[in-house]
Amino acid sequence: MGSEPEPGCALRPFAVEQGLLSRPDGSAAFVQGDTSVLAGVYGPAEVRSSRESPERAALDVLLRPKVGLPGVLERSREQMVRRACEAALLGELHPRSSVTLVLQVVSDAGSLLSCCLNAACLALLDAGLPLRSLFCGVTCALAPDGAVALDPSARQEKEARAVLTFAFESTEKRLLLSTTRGACSAKEVEYVRDVHGTSV
Amino acid sequence: MKETPLSNCEKRFLLRAIEERKRLDGRQSYDYRNVRVSFGTDYGCCVVELGKTRVLGQVSCELVAPKPNRATEGILFFNLELSPMASPAFELGRQSELLVKLNRLLERCLRNSKCIDTESLCVVAGEKVWQIRVDLHLLNHDGNIIDAASIAAIVALCHFRRPDISVQGEEITVYTPEERDPVPLSIHHMPICVSFAFFKQGTYLLVDPSEREERVMDGLLVIAMNKHHEICTIQSSGGIMLLKDQVLRCSKITGVKVAEITELIQKALENDRKVRKEGGKCGFAESIPNQKITAFKMERAPVDANDVEEQAEEIIMKADPPLDVFAKPILWTPGTAQIGEGVENSWGELEESERGEEEDDDNDPDTLEDPKMEMEDVSIVSKTKKDDTIVLSDSEEEEVVILKPEKVPKKTRTPTSSKQENSSKKVSNKKRKKKRVSY
Repeated sequence: MGSEPEPGCALRPFAVEQGLLSRPDGSAAFVQGDTSVLAGVYGPAEVRSSRESPERAALDVLLRPKVGLPGVLERSREQMVRRACEAALLGELHPRSSVTLVLQVVSDAGSLLSCCLNAACLALLDAGLPLRSLFCGVTCALAPDGAVALDPSARQEKEARAVLTFAFESTEKRLLLSTTRGACSAKEVEYVRDVHGTSV
Repeated sequence: MKETPLSNCEKRFLLRAIEERKRLDGRQSYDYRNVRVSFGTDYGCCVVELGKTRVLGQVSCELVAPKPNRATEGILFFNLELSPMASPAFELGRQSELLVKLNRLLERCLRNSKCIDTESLCVVAGEKVWQIRVDLHLLNHDGNIIDAASIAAIVALCHFRRPDISVQGEEITVYTPEERDPVPLSIHHMPICVSFAFFKQGTYLLVDPSEREERVMDGLLVIAMNKHHEICTIQSSGGIMLLKDQVLRCSKITGVKVAEITELIQKALENDRKVRKEGGKCGFAESIPNQKITAFKMERAPVDANDVEEQAEEIIMKADPPLDVFAKPILWTPGTAQIGEGVENSWGELEESERGEEEDDDNDPDTLEDPKMEMEDVSIVSKTKKDDTIVLSDSEEEEVVILKPEKVPKKTRTPTSSKQENSSKKVSNKKRKKKRVSY
């Protein structure tokens, strides 16, 4: 946390493409450094009766790993992304319907959760679903010496003392999601700023 | 979600067009859609696009014990997944008939054709061999899944590099990519599937059917072939009877298509190898077009972190300071302790009869929901615990079972909820009474 900009405090080059898949109602690819996530959205569509809600659209999030079957980690990330999307999605406008968001990990080289969040937002946007605001995710890693690396690579994440992921919405820069791994102080948590803004 | 069925007029329209030798996307009957291959940054990772059909392939490897009857052969494993992203009709984790058929065909095309030298994957005979796992994910379904999947599988296998190993006596050393360059798999030939769709009992023939065409076709013929014009597998499905001439004609077309596709694959692999060698940019970010309205790229974005610390300081200053914590537990009787002063009980009537004996210190149930009341050992206050200890029945046995003052560690008791407290006190009272009786 010095006074001069550290080399760690930069986002890796990123690229996005929307509407690249023909079948889903909305789709987006989000590539950040070597991490790449593909998202597809179906909805609002017919809903299974067990999931039907008279108040809002039922949002399903599926996270598909590249190798093997989804495990506990994928399930927990699915839940995190779902909560963040539910906060931004105006689901009340489409009661008794379902919105399905499928996230496919194309390559994982660190900051996967924030990439998933960004891809999810872009795909929801592409599907034309009503949103309260845009949102984006940022991951940062705290090295053992206290240096902050924004948008860490897989190696930085591995060596880090703590990894923090936040999601912010775009209108008032409020926090949508925060998850941390490892030990860190409250002051360090405040260190992360919303920098993406509206990337599209 | 169910697939939207094709209406009768759509079906008729498609069939009429095929009779007039026209296709919806403007192709001729024997035209193949454009094939595009892009690679990821990892070895063995590729995306193959066949028109709008898109398949992601990833190869991974692992050292395992070989099958007992094939002690000197490595193991090849194929897994095609129909992701719900590809089509709303695909459900998660359901082995549909289509999926089983496609996976089997893929195995026959690639494993049974012996295109990969499995003996070279043996490390120690009978003990350790490489298991090569090919994961294929269908990302977008626009017809002809099998062709796209077979191309993706062979491309990923060609692109893949496994870690180098050395065997010295009993010891196997696996080298990291930094220590020794990873080695490619030895591939004898590249079998590629080509699909033919038949309409009107085999009168009309189309190469590389799209999703719409697949829905109205009568039968499907898949031929897997390599560039040496050797047929690796043939499968006819859909229950049509084909003439010998038709099959021969199809195999001739397959030969031409396979030659074209093989050339394209080799060019793509060569390109990627060159870029990697020169240390240029590779990966999926490069396959996103630069000049497109739906695409956006940004270079490394530095973040100004100069006054962040002050800002953080400011935010913390503005924030409400945490409330004082009552860390000192008050021990009322053996078996009941309390942290904090608590508020008047709003439950009232329930405990009226026992009030006399007790100190008037019951908590309001609502205040405990308030995070400000949480004490140091917040983590121990679990909801289930609260719920568990709501004892409404007057059965003494039950209550006595719940509270065993000698056994329960203090910490778990300290953050008792009001309800628990009520009941626990009640219990302890009763217990005291009981004890007195027993003494």
